[in-house]
Amino acid sequence: MSVSPGTLPAVKRRRKNPKWSVPQLVLIFVVLLISLTCVVPFLNVIALSLSSKSAILGGAVSFWPVEFNTKAYEVLFNDPSMRRSLWLTVEITLIYTAIAMVLTVLMAYPLTKRRLRGRKFFNFMALFTMYFSGGTIPIYINIMELGLLDTKWALILPGALSTYNMIIMKSFFASIPESLEEAATIDGANDFQILVRIYLPLSLASLATLTLFYAVGKWNSFQDAQYYITDRNLYPLQLKLYNAIKRIDSADVVSMDEGATAVANQVSESLQPATIIFATLPILVVYPFVQRYFVSGVTIGAVKG
Amino acid sequence: MSTREIPRRKTGKGWFRRDWRLYAMLLLPIAFYLIFCYKPMIGIVMAFEKFSKSKGIFGSKWVGLDNFKFIINKMPDLGTALKNTLLLNFMGLIAGFPMPIILAIMLNEIRCTGIKKVSQTMLYLPHFLSWIIIGGMVLQIFAPTTGVINATLRKWRWIGPEENVPFLTEGWPWRIVYTLVGVWQSMGWGTILYLSAITGINMELFEAARIDGANKMQQIWHVTLPGIRGTIVVLLILNVGQMMNISFDKPFVLGNSRVEEYCDVLSTFVYRAAIKNHEWARAGAIGLFQSVVGLILISTANFVTKRLGEDGIW
Repeated sequence: MSVSPGTLPAVKRRRKNPKWSVPQLVLIFVVLLISLTCVVPFLNVIALSLSSKSAILGGAVSFWPVEFNTKAYEVLFNDPSMRRSLWLTVEITLIYTAIAMVLTVLMAYPLTKRRLRGRKFFNFMALFTMYFSGGTIPIYINIMELGLLDTKWALILPGALSTYNMIIMKSFFASIPESLEEAATIDGANDFQILVRIYLPLSLASLATLTLFYAVGKWNSFQDAQYYITDRNLYPLQLKLYNAIKRIDSADVVSMDEGATAVANQVSESLQPATIIFATLPILVVYPFVQRYFVSGVTIGAVKG
Repeated sequence: MSTREIPRRKTGKGWFRRDWRLYAMLLLPIAFYLIFCYKPMIGIVMAFEKFSKSKGIFGSKWVGLDNFKFIINKMPDLGTALKNTLLLNFMGLIAGFPMPIILAIMLNEIRCTGIKKVSQTMLYLPHFLSWIIIGGMVLQIFAPTTGVINATLRKWRWIGPEENVPFLTEGWPWRIVYTLVGVWQSMGWGTILYLSAITGINMELFEAARIDGANKMQQIWHVTLPGIRGTIVVLLILNVGQMMNISFDKPFVLGNSRVEEYCDVLSTFVYRAAIKNHEWARAGAIGLFQSVVGLILISTANFVTKRLGEDGIW
């Protein structure tokens, strides 16, 4: 980011080659270097997951697999508890996202109608929860009293409406011209019909954004499972991953018969990195496609919130 | 105007007959707020009770401030947890707050949109990973013998062949790794708001500055930064308001028994007190203390900013 002393040479250079002046190249180099730090750790972990035990223990692995093998992944995929955990997490994420989207739309839509009596009250009711909450323990007690402990509903219901996302939805709805609603009313449509036939089809992009917000959030959530779930059959992926990387109860991480345990010993060092990649893969696969939706969501939420 | 015509045509008077469908829509979400947000707020009274799980919130005996006296006088580790929470948050704020601003300004100056997009894609990635995944990677990368960082340092002979930098097993190195990982995770995502704020700056201001002979640095200092001051202030308030709050996942996964005195923070302390030691009421009391201080912090920060002539957050 060095700066040319006079304006004249800078203008000349710009005219000649606007994109690739020296300061520009330095800037690009620095930014790319910082950006690469966000990706490089993955290369290391992927390399570790594909390397042999002796290579890892010798500290020989950096960004390329040494003594390439995929045994760790075979162990993971052959582990029934890991498969179960994966499907459970997929199931929870899907149900949660569906419920959350329904609740979000149902809350956001009426709150955009200025004619609604009590609108301010309902609005405040939602906003207040952003600044004050019961706290972890009263929330835990609440889940316990509702009888949800050690059920998958403890992971689905408690966070099923995010006020932050609801505000984003509301501002999308508010940007749809009211004249559309008036026209539909004159044609005899009621509020349900207006929402489903007019508002929702017009907000597909924002619905996609929020769906992704909710789904990624749930996929990554860990604290709720750590608090509410003690039954091993209900461990979601993040909890399983936590146990794997902390080597808590390694028998639980990969439960298998004795012949397989011998194989597991061979891959003990690459198993953790393989588990990390295993749990990240779904996100890495969808990430490039959905990234732009997230960005628009954040900006709108910030402006209106 | 027109909204007033709708009721007259449909039902004459009666806002409820007109809008009952809207209220019907609100039923489920409001039920959610009541059951999962407001009911636990009533549950806060457990902090003033000799709470037992079998008797519940309404059956337990009222003991006034006993729980608070106990946590202050008889839980010496609480002071450590409080100190660690504030210190780690403070380090995160100092190191992490300016980073997205700097990055956003740099990204904004890149003229090749392709390169800009590619680096943004990479920068946003850590935001989408759970702390468990990030923690797992950190443990791998900073591991003593097998970790790539220690291995590289040995290869470059910055440390002896048998030596290791104790990144995760000693107090200050651990705190620094914790802070840097936090900065790394949030810096890219943080640029989004600043980038959109920069886009909102009137281009004529840059033009005028250039005509007045301002170079790039002067333009950034006198146009870009003042242009995004509002955004900076709001985010700073929100950050200060969060000083007492610390996520559970991050210290829980990055911490280990070797650095117990450094990694124990309020969230992990509450977890241990409640789930491991079954000190429910006392854990609840700590949580309430945290919520109240948090509310005071954010209100104060907001008040001060308004006094300084900026727009607050409410």
